[in-house]
Order: sequence, then structure tokens, then C-alpha cells
Amino acid sequence: MAGINIQKKYISALAKDGKRIDGRKPDEFREISIETGVIPNAEGSARVRIGETEVLMGVKIDIGTPFPDTPDEGVLMSGAELHPMASRRFETGPPDAESIELARVVDRGIREAHAIDTKKLCITPGEKIWMVMIDAHVMNHQGNLIDACGLAAMAALSTARMPKLDEEGKIVIGEKSDEPLPITTKVFPVTVARINGRLMLDPTLEEEDTMDVRLTISTKDDGNITAMQKGLTGALTMKEIEEAIDMSIKKGKELRKLL
Amino acid sequence: MARKDGRKADEMREVKMEVGVLRNADGSARVQIGKTIAVASVFGPRELHPKHLQDNEKAVLNCIYMMAPFSTTERVRPGPSRRSHEISLVTKSALEKVVNLKDHPKAVIDVYILIEQANAGTRTAGINAASLALADAGIQMSDLVTSIASGKVDGEYVIDLSGDEEKITGCDLPVAYLPRSKEITLLQMDGDLSKADVKGVLKMCIRGCEKLHKIQVDALKKKWEAETSK
Repeated sequence: MAGINIQKKYISALAKDGKRIDGRKPDEFREISIETGVIPNAEGSARVRIGETEVLMGVKIDIGTPFPDTPDEGVLMSGAELHPMASRRFETGPPDAESIELARVVDRGIREAHAIDTKKLCITPGEKIWMVMIDAHVMNHQGNLIDACGLAAMAALSTARMPKLDEEGKIVIGEKSDEPLPITTKVFPVTVARINGRLMLDPTLEEEDTMDVRLTISTKDDGNITAMQKGLTGALTMKEIEEAIDMSIKKGKELRKLL
Repeated sequence: MARKDGRKADEMREVKMEVGVLRNADGSARVQIGKTIAVASVFGPRELHPKHLQDNEKAVLNCIYMMAPFSTTERVRPGPSRRSHEISLVTKSALEKVVNLKDHPKAVIDVYILIEQANAGTRTAGINAASLALADAGIQMSDLVTSIASGKVDGEYVIDLSGDEEKITGCDLPVAYLPRSKEITLLQMDGDLSKADVKGVLKMCIRGCEKLHKIQVDALKKKWEAETSK
């Protein structure tokens, strides 16, 4: 315990001068690596690493029935698994608030941007539609899971291929077509952490333990904002919110170049 | 622009707040904003069980948001959903900063929010009610928490979207605001807005929260004046 507290104090003291424990600048990410198509059985997949944080994202596409209020639209569903394999902090059991929030924040950015044109995922109005299910498996938790999952989701979705249909309109199991998903824009969530009054991007696990508030902002290609989510118990001023938005828009532009 | 229900852009639906509505709770409040009705009840500080959940340095603030099965047009399945889990989490984040938890180590303060009827803005109505219920329970607070959502309909910023408006706009930005410190403790958004729009909508929320704060103070005064004149 004492060791953790000493580290928190150190991180906090460094932050005051805009410095970080690993020498990064406040708006600098750790090294990012993106591999796509890593799971042949999934329609789309990506393994994303941000520093030591590692997330595996899979897209499954299946035929389903539409919701009664949107008979001519496909369906997007998101999940996130925070399994004990990724961190001693996680426990087995049904999804807890943390993993639900993670999945929902990533989902919201994509959904609100209409990044997937769900109208084009309709097969027979009122009867058959495509269901797109994106699931994140956190493999190693070293901080900033929202951004890692957001990046992985976009990487997996933009490289996914639709399943192949036979003459009767049924899915040919184990085969994919050449057709991509109808993607209209790319969306990236960027999370801003506040440590000792300073705003920083891409917090490590230790920095997350020290931050008192975070704000996730999802932006699309035209720079517009499609989702925001404040987390933790700290309070933000209007000025900080504006600064965070600027940081997220700028970083979003950089992340766009990676895909 | 006139809104469908005749309101002005910066006009909230009719707001009613009542404190001390449930007898068994240590504190309670009912907040009605238009057709949305939220009731909050607070218990504690009381000992937290099981003991391994206790915090030796401060009380635990436990927030539970739930919707009555009959609260919407289609029945809501009872029990927690993914949505309610997330709202419980952001509600806790919105409230925790103002509550004096330090003086009650190993204790829990339970905040239960029930949406009796839903017509947009349930999380914000719930936060307003919870803040009043905490104050009613006599728990030390550095501020009241006020909360409202705004959005953009037909190119114009509008406050406190109704159910009908929420359906057409798809843009919603709920905020919780601390009127004394002028800080924001709840901030979510879904929709598609430019930075300037976000700023405009946020400012509209803050003005609305300042109005709600007055109504909250009046509701608290009303209860305690009645109590002391007995």
C-alpha cells in the first residue's frame, strides 16, 4: 500500500510541471501497434497495443431479425470482457459497471456518428437484417482501455468482410465474401485524464490510479464530436472541458492516419 | 422557433420538487420534470456489510438507479440492465464530490433512485432528487448537485428535451453542475455536434442548472420550515 501511495505522490508531483513518470509529454501516447485480421474465424478482428495495454477485438456478423421500431436497419451490439487474465484487479463473473461502461462508451461514439450505415444492413425489411457484434477481450490492462478498445473496434470494423450467402440466402459457414461493412466515417474515442490539475492523454494504469477525473471524447472524420463521457468523482471547469475537447480533436486526427 | 409543446428554447418543462416524501428513509425527495418523475431515498451513514467492502478512510457512496417496470410505454424488464448499471455509475460520480464521506469511515450511504415515470431526462431528474434526499438526510454537503440535459433540435439549442424531442434529435448532453463551485460533475453526450455547438449546449445546461438550484433550495426550506413550526 505504502509503495503505491509513494508512487501516486510522485506521479502527482511530476504532473504539476507537466512531466510524466515515463518521460512522455502530456499529449503523447505510448507506442501504438495495430494488427488486423488476426482471427480468421471472425468476420473482422484487430489486436491493438498501446504500450503494455493489449486488447483483442473481434467482429461477428450474423443474420437476425430487426427491432420493431427500426424494421429496415441492421443492429450493432458491443461487449467488453475484463477477465482476470488481463489483470489481478479483475474478477470473474457477469459484466460489472466498469466493463459495461467501457463497451457502451465505445459503442456510443460509433453509433451516434452513424459510422456503420445500418440502413445498408437490411436484407428483407421487417424480417432479416445483419447483426454486427463487436466484442473486446482485454488481454493486458496497463491503462487507457477505452481508447485502446475504440481504436481496436474501428480497426476491426473497417477491415471486416461480410459473410457469404448461398442461393437460399443462408450464411455459408466458414466463408467470407469480399464485401466490406458500410463504413461512413472513422470514430476514435480519446480520453483525457486530469492529474494534479494537469490534463494528460493516454494514462497508464499508475496514472489512472492517480487521476481524479477523466473525460472521453469521440470524434469523427470532420472533427465533430459524437460522444462524451466523464468518469470518476472529480469535477471539471468549463475551461478544462474546452481544453480537453481540443486535445481530443487533435489526437483524433493523428489516430486517423494509423488506419 | 416554437417547440412542439409550446416552450421557448431555454424553457424547461414544469418542475416540481418535494422533500421528505418517504417516511422510512433517512432522507427522500421526489422530482417531477414534465412527465418524468424520479424518487430518491437515502439511508445512512450506516455500517457497511459485508465488512470486506468497507473503506477504512471514508464512507462508501452506493447509488442505484432503477426504472419501474411500468414507467415507460413498453414494459421495462425488472432488475438491473446494462443501461441502469451505467447510469448508477455516472450518478455516483456526479454526487460523490459534494458529500462528506471522510467523517464516516467504514459506513455506507445508500442512494436509491426510482424512475416512477419516464419521459426523457430520467438520469438528470434522478440526480436532482438524490441531491435533495442527501440534504434531507442531514448529510454534510459542500454543494447541492443540479442536473439537466440540453440538445440541438432543428438547428437550435434547446434545454430539457421531452420524449418527443429526444426521438427526433438523437442529440443529448446531460450535465450535473455544482452551483457554488461552478464545476461540472456529470458530462455525457451522444449525437453529432461541433465544438462550438458543444460549448453552446453546455452553457445552456448551466443556466438551467442555476434555475433548478433555486427550486431545490425552496423545496428544502419548505420541508424544514414545516418541520420546525410543528
